[in-house]
Amino acid sequence: MTLATDIPQSEGHAAGKAARANGTGAEQPPPKRRRSRQRRERLFQWLFLVPAVVYMTLFFGYPVVKNVVMSFQEYTTSTFFTGEAPWVGFTNYVTVLSSSLFSTSLVNTVLFTLGSIIGQFVIGLALAIFFQRKFPLNGILRSLLLLPWLLPLIVSSAVWRWILDKDSGALNRFLGDLGIIETGVPWLTSTSLALIAVVGVNIWIGIPFNLTILYGGLQEIPDELYEAGSLDGATGWKSFRHITWPMLRPVVSVVLVLGVVYTLKVLDIILGLTNGGPANSTQTIATQSYNLSFHEFKFGEGAALGNVLVIISLVFAVLYLRASRRAVDE
Amino acid sequence: MKSAPKTSRPLALAVAALVGLPLALSGCGSSTAASSSEAVTELSVMDYYNNEPDKSFIGDALSKCGTQLGVTVKRETVPGKSLISKVLQQSSSKTLPDVLMLDNPDLQQIAATGALAPLADFKVSTENFAEGVLSAGTYKDKVYGLAPTVNTIALFYNKDILAAAGVTPPTTWEELKAASAKLTAGDQYGLAFNANPTYEGTWQFLPVMWSNGGDEKKIDTKETEQALQLWTDLVKSGSVSSSALNWTQADVKDQFLAGKAAMMVNGPWQIPALDKQPTLQYGVVKIPVREAGQTSVAPLGGEVWTVPQTGNKARQAKAAEMVACLNSDENQLAMATARNTIPSKTTLSDKFASDNPKLATFTELIKTARARTGQLGEEWPAQATKIYTAIQTSLTGNASPADALKQAQGQ
Repeated sequence: MTLATDIPQSEGHAAGKAARANGTGAEQPPPKRRRSRQRRERLFQWLFLVPAVVYMTLFFGYPVVKNVVMSFQEYTTSTFFTGEAPWVGFTNYVTVLSSSLFSTSLVNTVLFTLGSIIGQFVIGLALAIFFQRKFPLNGILRSLLLLPWLLPLIVSSAVWRWILDKDSGALNRFLGDLGIIETGVPWLTSTSLALIAVVGVNIWIGIPFNLTILYGGLQEIPDELYEAGSLDGATGWKSFRHITWPMLRPVVSVVLVLGVVYTLKVLDIILGLTNGGPANSTQTIATQSYNLSFHEFKFGEGAALGNVLVIISLVFAVLYLRASRRAVDE
Repeated sequence: MKSAPKTSRPLALAVAALVGLPLALSGCGSSTAASSSEAVTELSVMDYYNNEPDKSFIGDALSKCGTQLGVTVKRETVPGKSLISKVLQQSSSKTLPDVLMLDNPDLQQIAATGALAPLADFKVSTENFAEGVLSAGTYKDKVYGLAPTVNTIALFYNKDILAAAGVTPPTTWEELKAASAKLTAGDQYGLAFNANPTYEGTWQFLPVMWSNGGDEKKIDTKETEQALQLWTDLVKSGSVSSSALNWTQADVKDQFLAGKAAMMVNGPWQIPALDKQPTLQYGVVKIPVREAGQTSVAPLGGEVWTVPQTGNKARQAKAAEMVACLNSDENQLAMATARNTIPSKTTLSDKFASDNPKLATFTELIKTARARTGQLGEEWPAQATKIYTAIQTSLTGNASPADALKQAQGQ
């Protein structure tokens, strides 16, 4: 569409009229050659789009469409052999949304996401500001903080599962030696603590991402602003409030929205730490969808729940797009 | 809703074209097009024994049978967790192997898809197998898979710890509770089992549920409630660590090995690990029953060998011979001895038990062991989920055993 209307309509008309008035117009190139050149140019324009379009349809379009179609089908293990998947309309959605587990998973997903994002962001920002200062070993310390990001999630969750063990876990031993606790705290096996423990581990994993992006954002703020601010008496908290925060806002919104989308779909950490337990207290929409598809082989219901998650993520993506557009308008 | 597929026809076409590409690509690898009159010289085999020493034990048995049948064996081992997704993928691209191993509770699920051939078509004998073994391999009255060796779970106890406390191995629930309480001191728990929110948690609960007359079809019954009450009491009284809610069977074994649990519920596959610690003296008894006189019913574990529908009758017939060969008396005994599992033919039990005293209790249990899918078939995974949900709800104190079971059954 946009390619075909390069020239605004009214101008096109005027040009046409002018051409007619001038007769064949000797100063213009012959229309046939011009048109073929134009056509070739347009062809090339389209050809340049082909790799991107093919990639998008194969790796984004197909899975999304397939998942949507699957959520309206009774898709079971037999489907793989026979290829038959009866159309069932919204049955999968009704089953999944009306199940008593859905509200639990939804609340857990919200708490898990909110908790993780707030924790990651606050600690990440504090560390980013801390590393703004120049001190020895700054670079080495900053790269060491990236470690959680470099470890495979399965490895970190296995290690944390051991650290948080009630009877012989490192954390309880440490707290016990300090005299803070007398008996082991059941971090992963109490319904009231498990979600907090899982959020804690996810914060630990998310800090490097927040730190890195926010640190990059801070480096972009020109020193002159702080110099000018300090002349006017804006130092410490005041300079953060009036210089750092407003200048950092675009980066902050990117970090938060990406963080929300990454956190909503977290699966491996929860599976590795608690498997959704105890008594579903760490079950999120992502883990429930995984269980439905790959443990109970109800692929249709799993896909329906997966789509619910995609829609929630989309809401945040749209919020982000609107927020960034408003920022540009301002 | 009916018009929906129609309106999306161009889309469906585009999708079909995109699906077709990988399918066509993966189809190139299949050799099923070979004419069935040709002599079969090769069989492809897939199983999940990807760790030593099981990998070699099974490999040896396969190549021995291969030589006997005059075929070379092309074997692929995949990790246990990805076997089912691999099988589903292969069944949609029609590239299933000639001989396929499946975990027994998955057999009915796969047989229901139509991907497997009934073994009776190839005259494979199903005589002398334990009842539970056949029931695990059967879908809608036809036997699709046979397990050469099987396993189950029982109660392991640390002889030294029990002797020091003057406790004899328990046989009833009351004795189990008393013994566990007496054996709990300091860092050491009386008993360890696994009650995690996976099928493993369900599997470990089945012996008490079944021995007391509980039934997986309907779990909000008095019998199952009593069984869950036992599990709950053991955790609430502190005789079992509440970490059981998150332990795997391997974790349970580690607790037992480290002397942090005097008794544990576990299976014979842990024996090699236990034997590596020569100072550990352990014994194995059946899992206690509520009242003396009840039979201890154990759940059946193990892997069945099947013949997928590859479309090539000659190869399928050869594959069936391979399944029969793996199940010969001689091979059952050899594999069972090497892998600490139990031969699935009851006619071999007495000889096997006397040759392998360590496995005698397990051998005894297999005679009456029950298959998880025996009653529910493909419905088992959904019901198993309800059972472990109820266990977790009750063990965390979120609801009484009766309410937990009622909630779970209604889900």
